[in-house]
Amino acid sequence: MNEFSLFPAVFYFLAAMTVVSAVGVALSNNIFYSAIALMGTLLGAAGLYVMLAADFLAVVQIFVYVGGILVLTLFAINLTSRIGDVTVSNRSLGRFPAFVLLALVGVGMMRAIGTANWHRVEVVEPVPTINRIGEAFLTTHILPFELASLVLLAALVGAVVLSRKELREGRG
Amino acid sequence: MMEIGLNHFLVVGALVFLAGLFCVLTRRNAIGILMGVELILNSANINYLAFARYSSVSYDGQIFAVFVIMLAAAEAAVGLAIVLGIYQMFHTIDVDATDTLRL
Amino acid sequence: MQESAHIAQEAVVHTVSYLRWIPLLPLLGAIINGIGGAWIQTNLGKKVVGAIACAMPLLGFVLALRAFFQLLGLDPAQRVLLDNVFPWIHVGILNVDVAFQVDPLSSVMILIITGVGGLIHIYSTAYMHEEPAYWRYFAYLNLFTFAMLTLVLGDNLLLMFVGWEGVGLCSYALIGFWYSEWANASAGSKAFIVNRVGDFGFMCATFLLFWTLAEADHPTLLFREITQYAPLLEGQLFWGMGTVTVITMLMFLGATGKSAQIPLYVWLPDAMAGPTPVSALIHAATMVTAGVYMIARLSILFDMAPTTGAVIATVGAATAFFAATIGTTQFDIKKVLAYSTVSQLGFMFIAMGVGAYATGVFHLMTHAFFKACLFLGSGSVIHAMHHEQDMRKMGGLKKWMPYTYATYLLSTLAIAGIPPFSGFFSKDEILWKAFSGGHHIVWFVAVCAAAMTAFYMFRSVYMTFEGESRADEHTKHHLHESPLAMTVPLMILAALATFSGFLNIPHALFGHARFDGWLAPVVQHGAHAAHHDVEIIEYVLMIFSVAVAVAGILVARAMYQTRTLKPDWLVDAFGGKLYRTVYNKYYVDEAYDATVIAGTMSLSRAMAWFDATIIDGIVNGSAVIVKLLSQAYGLFDHYVVDGAVNGVGALTSLVGGGVRRLQTGNINAYLYVIVLAVVGVMMARIW
Repeated sequence: MNEFSLFPAVFYFLAAMTVVSAVGVALSNNIFYSAIALMGTLLGAAGLYVMLAADFLAVVQIFVYVGGILVLTLFAINLTSRIGDVTVSNRSLGRFPAFVLLALVGVGMMRAIGTANWHRVEVVEPVPTINRIGEAFLTTHILPFELASLVLLAALVGAVVLSRKELREGRG
Repeated sequence: MMEIGLNHFLVVGALVFLAGLFCVLTRRNAIGILMGVELILNSANINYLAFARYSSVSYDGQIFAVFVIMLAAAEAAVGLAIVLGIYQMFHTIDVDATDTLRL
Repeated sequence: MQESAHIAQEAVVHTVSYLRWIPLLPLLGAIINGIGGAWIQTNLGKKVVGAIACAMPLLGFVLALRAFFQLLGLDPAQRVLLDNVFPWIHVGILNVDVAFQVDPLSSVMILIITGVGGLIHIYSTAYMHEEPAYWRYFAYLNLFTFAMLTLVLGDNLLLMFVGWEGVGLCSYALIGFWYSEWANASAGSKAFIVNRVGDFGFMCATFLLFWTLAEADHPTLLFREITQYAPLLEGQLFWGMGTVTVITMLMFLGATGKSAQIPLYVWLPDAMAGPTPVSALIHAATMVTAGVYMIARLSILFDMAPTTGAVIATVGAATAFFAATIGTTQFDIKKVLAYSTVSQLGFMFIAMGVGAYATGVFHLMTHAFFKACLFLGSGSVIHAMHHEQDMRKMGGLKKWMPYTYATYLLSTLAIAGIPPFSGFFSKDEILWKAFSGGHHIVWFVAVCAAAMTAFYMFRSVYMTFEGESRADEHTKHHLHESPLAMTVPLMILAALATFSGFLNIPHALFGHARFDGWLAPVVQHGAHAAHHDVEIIEYVLMIFSVAVAVAGILVARAMYQTRTLKPDWLVDAFGGKLYRTVYNKYYVDEAYDATVIAGTMSLSRAMAWFDATIIDGIVNGSAVIVKLLSQAYGLFDHYVVDGAVNGVGALTSLVGGGVRRLQTGNINAYLYVIVLAVVGVMMARIW
């Protein structure tokens, strides 16, 4: 009964935060502000994950996305942009054609959401998912798990190689 | 207030997706484009989890979302490394300036 | 199918092999003198040329005599000798060979041709003595003899036509012998061209005859078979007229050309431009008789077409009269004889027209003798007078040329029809046959012509030989009798002219008409051999025609010998117009010139214009069209084809130019397109 009364409000709050931040990422002229807005989006998303009974994922989201990717992005911004130089505008391909396409896509998606007959099941009480996910990774989904680790390794190595080459070239 | 259901979460995901699409299509800053990609991936995650909660008894959606996050991380790392490389070469990350492949 | 009862029996022939030499020997002579004559004349002398040339017809005469005697020994119904030399044309239903046939009719002809021809050859050796192209003359003369013999000896119409054309050709060559003079050459052409008109009739008649016989299942051109199967054509119609009538009329057209009857006689007077012996041989004795021979040979057809016979008799009578009137006014001695020939040929055609074929051939023979003698005599005179032919410049020649005078006089008596000379028997028989056949008008006209004949022939005698000489001193000094080579043939011919009449003494004068009997198997068809009783009327007519002839002689004597009668009153009649018209040959030549010649010339001018303007125009026009077309093709090739090729290139570059703009190098644009595509697919699936 509690969640019944609070659930929608919390949902709307988190949803608003996510969407507004996302819009902020899109429309901001300053890349730094876009990065901060991105953080807001990610946090809002994490909150939504909790509401969807994916507690483990919410935490992973915060650790990896916010703590890892976002920080990395901020580093990259600092390395490549001249801070204080606002002349790097964000206007590229005209905004209007993008709006047209977005309208198109948006209308399509809304229609799809509205008219589709989704398969529904009984909503169950949220339970901790970490056990289940861990169990799944090591039993039924072990192959993708191992391959994922390979992918991470490749990405790691690749990133190092890419950076190093460039650095060497930069110096020479 | 109506009952919060699957559709609500799908709408949220759609809106985030549109925002991310906008970033990808219009931003001149390469990192801005990558941010857009992150937004899109997040919207996908929201969708997965929404369906996992409302349309499925198993937790396959959540597992998939884990993978998505992981791959997003890998991709962000490599992508940003490339952006750094572009910066080294062009001394700018304005994608309008990196049109050497133009015919 | 049962053969009709009135088809004649198939002719029985006796095969011999010497007949071919009769025409071939003169041909051989022509070839020798034609090819090697110039060489022989320069190196061996004119005598050798002449000897070769004369030997051929004389040898032919010997062979002709042999054939004649062989025929005599045969049964009258079987008097046919055949010499088949080689197969000639065997195509489809047409089968003719080169074969020579001697029957009573052709035996008479070959004796005349080789005999009289041989005498004329001998005469020519002296007459043409000063001619440089001696060898050419004798080559042509021999060639002519060959052609004439082929004409009479051929056993089929086709071979006869070969000879027919051959004599026309040789006559052209001989008339225009002295071709360096324009008048002589054009006279030769005139003869040939006028003959051609007649030849057209002959050919059409041959085609029609063959065709209609073929339709009656007996296609043939052999004379003996034509005689056998001709009755099959009885009663058949061709284009509404009787078939046989059409055939015979066309044949007669051919005869008028060759034998100088109205309307195709105009060449004969002009033909006097040739040497006099040529006139004697060709235009008196042989070629002009070809038409008469042809009718006699095809007498079966003419018997079946009485309409044609009437036409022939009328034309013959008209020609006889017409030519005789002109002859009375001419001053050139050869022209007088030429018109006399035309007139006498008219008599022969009168005979053929009334069906008296044997009589016509008889007159042919006597005419050959006396006319040849007259021509050769005039040649003798011309030779002595140094080629002067105008009788007004002659006179009193009997003093210097007794033999010529004697033979000329005898022949003139013969032509005038005075008994007992040959001309009386033959001409009188014609008159009797015409009268007794019911053709009274024809008879009357013929009698008038006979009177005039006597008149103008004796006129020529008086003007040439009698009275005082009107020649100038220089010519008079050189007058002499001709050499033996010329006078001996004259004497032989004069003798024949005098005595040959006795071959056919009619029953009325207690004779046996042997000549008629000789020819009967060839020209008598059916039951015409009825022996008629002699009637008083025959004697009356005989005396009448003699009286008329004597009257003519007396008038001539009065006008030109004793000068008691002046011809001036005739000359001045109708203000001189009558005389002038007759003197100018009734302006027939001028009329032909204005109509036929002018018409042909304007037709050929029109054709020439057509060819030059229209046909050449078409050709040139097509060339222009081709040029235009090729220019068009060039343009097409340049613009369209090259344009297409270049266009493809341009199109490719255009498209490429357009498409390359997609490659902007701008990441946002690429992403835009990707998203657009995905959205598009998505939309398509959803909606």
